[in-house]
Amino acid sequence: MTQEKIITAKNMTKKFGHFVANDNLTFDVYKGEIFGFLGANGAGKTTAIRILCGLSMPSAGEIKVAGFDIYKQNEKIKKNIGYMSQKFSLYEDLTVYENLNFYASIYGMQKNEIKKKADELLEKLEFSYAKNKLIKDIPLGWKQKLAFSTAVFHNPKIVFLDEPTGGVDPVTRRQFWDLIYQTAEEGITVFVTTHYMDEAEYCDRVSIMDEGKIVALDTPLNLIEQYKVQNMDEVFVKIARK
Amino acid sequence: MRTIISIIKKEFTQVFRNKTMLPIIFVIPLVQLLVLVYAASLDMKSINLLVVDKDLTPLSKELESKFTASPFFIVGNSISVSEAEKEILNNNADVIIVIPQGFEKNITNENSSELQFLFNAINGTKASIANGYSQRIVYDFNQNIILNSGNLFPETAEFQKINIENSFWYNPRLDYKIYMSSGILVILVTIISLILSGMNLVREKESGTIEQINVTPIKKYQFIIGKLIPFLIIALFELAFGLTIAKILFKLPFEGSLLLLFGSAIIYLITMLSIGLLMSVFSETQQQLMFIAYFFVMVFILMSGIFTPAETMPQWAQKLNYINPISYFMKIVRMILLKGSGLKDIINELLALVIYGSLTLTFAVVKYRKRA
Repeated sequence: MTQEKIITAKNMTKKFGHFVANDNLTFDVYKGEIFGFLGANGAGKTTAIRILCGLSMPSAGEIKVAGFDIYKQNEKIKKNIGYMSQKFSLYEDLTVYENLNFYASIYGMQKNEIKKKADELLEKLEFSYAKNKLIKDIPLGWKQKLAFSTAVFHNPKIVFLDEPTGGVDPVTRRQFWDLIYQTAEEGITVFVTTHYMDEAEYCDRVSIMDEGKIVALDTPLNLIEQYKVQNMDEVFVKIARK
Repeated sequence: MRTIISIIKKEFTQVFRNKTMLPIIFVIPLVQLLVLVYAASLDMKSINLLVVDKDLTPLSKELESKFTASPFFIVGNSISVSEAEKEILNNNADVIIVIPQGFEKNITNENSSELQFLFNAINGTKASIANGYSQRIVYDFNQNIILNSGNLFPETAEFQKINIENSFWYNPRLDYKIYMSSGILVILVTIISLILSGMNLVREKESGTIEQINVTPIKKYQFIIGKLIPFLIIALFELAFGLTIAKILFKLPFEGSLLLLFGSAIIYLITMLSIGLLMSVFSETQQQLMFIAYFFVMVFILMSGIFTPAETMPQWAQKLNYINPISYFMKIVRMILLKGSGLKDIINELLALVIYGSLTLTFAVVKYRKRA
């Protein structure tokens, strides 16, 4: 892992009327790491991720993603990121391949390249038999894995995952994290939000959010030591009780 | 360009995979044309007429027989006005004609007499049409009397030499179906284009796929064009299909150039599709969109002159029609199909649509935001 910063946020703030969803967030994400963004429901994780993906305009703050300014170079950022939203977002009435093909071609990938890569991907996932199945006909676990694969299909520098394993069984979650590791090994930075604390331990570094503020930011191991507990779950409970 | 083509391909795949879509495209136009054209006819063939004949003379009988001979009236008799009025109250009669006592006598002696007509005007249109038919019959009846007494009054007989012959241009047989079916076609493509484009974007909002699109580097114009073209093609196909049916079923004339018709249709449809997109930009759910679309379509269709000519509407309503795209296209379609108008006859309406279309399209592109 290098110390090259790929995301820098200084005093990132987002207000909805009087409600402050993100309160002066300051953090860096290094190239190639798995960065966990933790917090209870409503802590402001999704708001932050939407700002970084260019879906939402911040109220204030200096933010750079993949080296580009979030205010002026929004469209350049988009070429370099992948995003998997909390809400499942593949087209239910298109097949597995049609979905991959559609998103890849929007990112400007060439036809032959898409075809080759899609076949490789499905083979790797051991999912080639479902290439021409409609998304609505495949199980949720597979849908999530495909949504992730679609988000990194165009080989972005960073991929943002917003609670990617919500509602997924433990075995599939394990497989999902294997995919995340593989992606990180390929050099893609992973920015992931979750509220499963066991998942937090898979991350290189985590930040914990509470009521719109970042209250802790370190490696899982350091946090466990710092709070003198056994695991991340207890860290979280301790922080949330404060 | 490749991006746009990808979107177009995706939209077509989705439309044709949707099992309810094909019936919507093929069955609905057929049903609309059949049901509405036959049902919304203003030709009236069975007006219930009650004659209260207080005179009971050959002349009053002759007048009554004029009505009996007309294909528009079903003639009955009633003994008194109050009896007849009851029938109107019960909705069994549409018109009462009261022939006063001394009708024949007054005509022969004083050269004039009075007649009373009572119309059931719950349905104002029906009443005024019944009035028109009745006036016509009484007028003919009058002419006959003048003609018959022509020997006595030579000066009135002079009038008879002026013979009025009506000829109805552009619809010589006053076939209401031709007028209606051309209007229904306009409604058809209007609704198809508006709903298809509006629903589509809102559905992407509801399912969350729009977010996934918004994080891609796609350009706004690419997205909007990619969305518009598939629906434009479907709506044009719909128009062709509807025209064919109307031609076969109602012998709808194609007096003008079909090329001009389809050219104008493209401009009009772009306008309607952009309005559909605009509505979807402002709605979060399909339900919201349906309400907005319903309101818009309802008002603009009724104002467009499909049933009643826009020219007979009050001034303020005619002014309101300046912002009614349907009324422009309604006029264009009827002028081209029925009248055979060329480009220079419809240029004003066409220009209005061009302005309208470019405004709404620009507005749709501007208002569609990738970043909230």
